Amino acid sequence: MTVQQISVFVENKSGTLVRVLELFKEARIQLIASTISDTVEYGIYRIICAEPERALEVLKAAGISANVSEVFAITLDNVPGRAADAVSRISQEGIAISYLYSFMLSGKGILVFRTDDPEKTARVIAGQKMNALDGEALLSLV
Amino acid sequence: MYLHPELETLSRSEIEVLQLERLKKTVAQCMNSPFYRKRFADHHIKPEDIRSLDDLKKIPFTTKQDLRDNYPFGLAAVPMEQVVRLHSSSGTTGTPTVILHTQKDLDEWANAVARCLYMVGLRPGDIFQNSSGYGMFTGGLGFQYGAERLGMLTVPAAAGNTKRQIKFITDFGTTALHAIPSYAGRLYEVMEEMGIDPKRDTKLHTLIIGAEPHSEEQRRRIEDMLGVKAYNSFGMSEMCGPGVAFECKEQNGLHIWEDYYIVEIVDPQTLEPVPEGEVGELVLTTINREAMPLLRYRTRDLTRILPGDCPCGRHHIRLDRMKGRSDDMMILKGVNIFPIQIETILMQFAELGNDYLITLTNEEANDLMTVEVELKEFCDDYPRLQALTKEITRQLKDEILITPVVRLVPKGSLPKQEGKAVRVNDLRKTLI
Repeated sequence: MTVQQISVFVENKSGTLVRVLELFKEARIQLIASTISDTVEYGIYRIICAEPERALEVLKAAGISANVSEVFAITLDNVPGRAADAVSRISQEGIAISYLYSFMLSGKGILVFRTDDPEKTARVIAGQKMNALDGEALLSLV
Repeated sequence: MYLHPELETLSRSEIEVLQLERLKKTVAQCMNSPFYRKRFADHHIKPEDIRSLDDLKKIPFTTKQDLRDNYPFGLAAVPMEQVVRLHSSSGTTGTPTVILHTQKDLDEWANAVARCLYMVGLRPGDIFQNSSGYGMFTGGLGFQYGAERLGMLTVPAAAGNTKRQIKFITDFGTTALHAIPSYAGRLYEVMEEMGIDPKRDTKLHTLIIGAEPHSEEQRRRIEDMLGVKAYNSFGMSEMCGPGVAFECKEQNGLHIWEDYYIVEIVDPQTLEPVPEGEVGELVLTTINREAMPLLRYRTRDLTRILPGDCPCGRHHIRLDRMKGRSDDMMILKGVNIFPIQIETILMQFAELGNDYLITLTNEEANDLMTVEVELKEFCDDYPRLQALTKEITRQLKDEILITPVVRLVPKGSLPKQEGKAVRVNDLRKTLI
């Protein structure tokens, strides 16, 4: 149970970010969440959106380096401390989280992350009865 | 006026007589080297065929590639027991070039450098400080031995550590300094920061500048800043190092010592001689070397012969300031670097695409190289990108001795050119 995330390689100076957003706008693809990190040399812009496969085609057609990867997206009850609980359960199993971001959607907290061991992570999520979303389930919340 | 008057004031015809005599001797000497023996045989030339200076043209050119292909000792023209020194250039494609010297070669080299330094007015009693790198780089030991031969107290300060360099200048009373032109500017900046006025607080009167292309304007600024006369020096490790050609007090062209070298200027494409006074590639034949004579060596440096006589009384021809390279060598901090060296490293990484761009900039007196290279595949993994960047940087530094800034960029993001790709974008400004 994972969702597809699009990653775009953006140069800090070149206006790629604007271009990506314009392309989404023109193609009428809805953004659900996105995050960009601040680095000196290069940035990776990560996007969760509706129709990720079409989004990838749009980007590639425009000559923008992008790929799709599978990330975990789990829902959390809108109560303080739930994120801590979820992350600690994963960490306790010795799984390292590569990156993580979160957002609110229809009153639910959504935690998106990638780990160094997706198979083990999937087992932990299932075992702990965490609510992992797939693309369709995520889109239904929008 | 002259350290070696009998050689420095030879007339043109006397120079030519001496050159022919030494050329014949050199060609005979070359027959001891496996490389030249084969080359002469392949081209059906015998040493006896060289009867006039014009016959030199019968001999094929020697290139840097020949030196690489015969690395390390394939051009030795004496038994290796007679070789007492070797110098090596930074290898451009992984294979460096090696130059061998007998004791006599070292003596003659020191004589040539001493002659140059004497020509610009340096004398025993002067204190000569050398800010060249020592070691394999010939600017260190070359000037050291030459300055000592002249009889100067010679300070082997070596490269870098600018404050210490300045301390030596003030403490020892340094009167003459050898530095690359960009470093002369750096010295001045640091002197200013330290509250030292070079004109008032130092005894510097002469600067020897070389190893880096520089303009006449740059020279004048160095002279004004430091209150010195600055003289242009030309050398290359293949010809021994410094001491090949040097400006006299006229500061109008560099006398190349024709008792050491036969000079040709050729069109780099056709390899035919250029019309008199036109710019072409400098081709040199060593005629005063034992261990490793080089016949018609293509230096890749572009220059021209200045017409007319020099008022200094020397008839050794004058070369104009070097105009650049016939290939695309870059000089950073006095180190010769070829784009091919960088390309070779980059292309070893499977993650990288074929397109790259080298940008040269300078801040203060520091040359900076930025290497942008396209990733073959997009990779959504910071730690991997960082590790890759670090590894590329490390390998480049090992190859070119300078730490570049490496930037990984998305595929297709570097400007595309039609025809021959522009790999080097030199944005360096003249700072001095």
